[in-house]
Amino acid sequence: MTKGEALSDGNPQGAATAPQGSGDTAVEPGGLTPEALAEALGVPAADWDNPLRDPRDRRLPRIAGPSGLVIFGVTGDLSRKKLMPAVYDLANRGLLPPGFSLLGFARREWEDQDFAQVVHDSVREHARTEFREEVWQQLADGMRFIPGDFDDDAAFKQLRSSVDELDASRGTSGNYAFYLSVPPKFFPKVVQQLKKHGLADAPEGSWRRAVIEKPFGHDLASARELNRIVHDVFDPDQVFRIDHYLGKETVQNILALRFANQMYEPVWNRSYVDHVQITMAEDIGIGGRAGYYDGIGSARDVIQNHLLQLMALTAMEEPAAFDAESLLAEKLKVLKAVKLPENLGEHTVRGQYAASWQGGEKVRGYLQEDGIDPRSTTDTYAAVKLQVDNRRWAGVPFYLRTGKRLGRRVTEIAVVFQRAPHSPFDSTATAELGANAIVIRVQPDEGMTVRFGSKVPGTSMEIRDVTMDFAYGESFTESSPEAYERLILDVLLGDANLFPRHQEVEESWKILDPIEGYWDAHGTPAQYPSGGWGPKEADEMLARDGRSWRRP
Amino acid sequence: MKIDLTDTTASKINKALVRGRRAIGTPAVGMVLTMVIVTDEENAYDAIKAAEEASREHPSRTLVVIRRVARTPRDRTNSRLDAEVRVGSDAGTGETVVLRTYGDVSDHADSVVLPLLLPDAPVVVWWPVDAPDTPVKDPLGALAQRRITDMYAVETPLQALDARAASYAPGDTDLAWTRLTPWRSMLAAALDQARTKVISATVESEAQNPSAELLARWLEARLQVKAERVVTAGPVVTAVRLGTDNGEIVIDRPEGPLATLTLPGQPSRTLALKVRSTSELIAEELRRLDADEMYAIALRGEATEETPRHV
Repeated sequence: MTKGEALSDGNPQGAATAPQGSGDTAVEPGGLTPEALAEALGVPAADWDNPLRDPRDRRLPRIAGPSGLVIFGVTGDLSRKKLMPAVYDLANRGLLPPGFSLLGFARREWEDQDFAQVVHDSVREHARTEFREEVWQQLADGMRFIPGDFDDDAAFKQLRSSVDELDASRGTSGNYAFYLSVPPKFFPKVVQQLKKHGLADAPEGSWRRAVIEKPFGHDLASARELNRIVHDVFDPDQVFRIDHYLGKETVQNILALRFANQMYEPVWNRSYVDHVQITMAEDIGIGGRAGYYDGIGSARDVIQNHLLQLMALTAMEEPAAFDAESLLAEKLKVLKAVKLPENLGEHTVRGQYAASWQGGEKVRGYLQEDGIDPRSTTDTYAAVKLQVDNRRWAGVPFYLRTGKRLGRRVTEIAVVFQRAPHSPFDSTATAELGANAIVIRVQPDEGMTVRFGSKVPGTSMEIRDVTMDFAYGESFTESSPEAYERLILDVLLGDANLFPRHQEVEESWKILDPIEGYWDAHGTPAQYPSGGWGPKEADEMLARDGRSWRRP
Repeated sequence: MKIDLTDTTASKINKALVRGRRAIGTPAVGMVLTMVIVTDEENAYDAIKAAEEASREHPSRTLVVIRRVARTPRDRTNSRLDAEVRVGSDAGTGETVVLRTYGDVSDHADSVVLPLLLPDAPVVVWWPVDAPDTPVKDPLGALAQRRITDMYAVETPLQALDARAASYAPGDTDLAWTRLTPWRSMLAAALDQARTKVISATVESEAQNPSAELLARWLEARLQVKAERVVTAGPVVTAVRLGTDNGEIVIDRPEGPLATLTLPGQPSRTLALKVRSTSELIAEELRRLDADEMYAIALRGEATEETPRHV
């Protein structure tokens, strides 16, 4: 039995006995198929089965059950550029339940209509799908705005009464997700207030979920503290940490690529892989985020969450099932097996961008940015070498790098293979042949590239690198959903597959903390010219291992 | 770019496709399926446009088979194949070949199509009009995993519906069914919310609407109730009422894209139910290429073999 559908079709009994989609039936490895997911969501409670839903009915989309979304910090950038457009796009695709309600909470003297206007404008400007009046009408009816501070009891009382009112008038059934789109220092306050006003207690048969964004702390201790605060109010299973990279099609495709296919897994190990490079490069500087960025730096901002997650997905063993628990178990195993290099000075590099020309534009260096201390030692570039100490990966280095003001915006995972152990061709024939590689392009131009050698047409034997390309996502399918759409929908559905759990966050800090500690005690960041591919120290770091960075 | 071929053969067309790809500099293509559109000259333009739009989601090779009507006996004996090969920006994200058949070759269009199918990729046949009575037995239909017909494009839709039911084979599907997906998902979502047993059902629509009939049959099969059909002025399906012990669940769309949902004991609210364009329908069709069992169930209108999930 290779397909999940064959299983659920042939065995309706089995499908029926798992009304909550608890993940212990139906989801074999093949459970990557949507129907296994559909099953988990279609059924809102144990004692009620909707006769209009059927696992065989694959056209019916994953619609969230009756629910509402409360956004704290609704006036922020993220909310306006990503969250509200994503909510609209979901509604436009018919994936939100009738009666879905959106509540905004912020310190503004707004009425509901003013809020609706702000959402309207941001949707008009940023939504992926076309603006349709009727979809807007459907959404606008359920919009509420609560003005107030986070320590304002009256505002939370008002929020409470709005929630009760919406339950009655829109049938949201007490299901609410609280999206904390606010700086982390406000988390304790907000969750305490939610607790105090009974907003975090789900009435019987409904749910209350918390959604939080990075940073999840700035080291292990602070991450634990943050988790303690949030878990004090919300059940750990009901806390959804957004890592928007995990919502991207390509990242989800890593698992499909590795575990739904036969041809990659046999070579996906130390016998064939030479090393792995995971890169996330940005071409922008810190912009107006000086206050947030200085003192945090790129390693904490990117490596701790995004890159270590990508690494975990690339390196992990096959999960027993495609559900949150099994994925967590495998990812944790990888993160726990990570070993830092003994000599951190030789195998980690940090840098700061310096003034230079980037892409035809003269740009300032990091230390010259507004609001940055000219003596700041915050890294805007970080590269680290990690080992995964297990049977599959022993001896295969994982090089992780990230930086701002690099050549172009790109995120990719490159699995670089060893050279063929023996070549029957003479050395001139293979002089131009590099190492084989599989490159998963996460963004932009989502897709995958396979690089291998091929004979150049002609009478002489000459072998050169060629690439085979698979492109999809933003370049191919215009209707490929935004990461936030997928993630918000998953929150409403309660599907935690694509969200890092607190154990992963804590393990990631355990990896990064010693590196940050070393950097604090030793030296200063290397300066690198904006618009290039990072400091020369990073090139030297790989050269020491006899390797070099790919130019992404 | 566009290459015109007159009085040609499949192998010449294949050569032209390779030449076209070389010329635009993208010899490798990531197309996922072959879409065969069988149509007449009149409907070709719209069908190609819809397929090209859908190809943005599903990069495909589109083969359009247009059967030319001969007006004189001499033309009828004269068998000929003309082709128009479009690659690059003229063909959405894939490639399009428009095949025009004259005379005898019209009855053997499958011999032209077969060599032009993408290797090892699924084949979908779509008849925007004039679908054969038994799609699976049609020479072109037999090449395909998925056969798309459209009951909106026939004179007597309800008779066509019965014919489709009689000739159903796994892989058949109809755009009249595709059009219902938003209605069905909203009804399912409404029932998620009402969480109660349905004791009666009514589908209101314009007369002779095949989608409404399918919807009624689907409700009958799933809810185990008799669905009443009420004729209204339209357009298409205007309302569905599900009776429960606590009152009625109503989705009412008198006109335009804005519908009203009423649940027992709750104020009514608006929801968007747009009539979708053909390209959106085709894109939905191409998302799954295996047999649509729920369509078969709705088509036959029979109670499903009871799954224990709602006993």
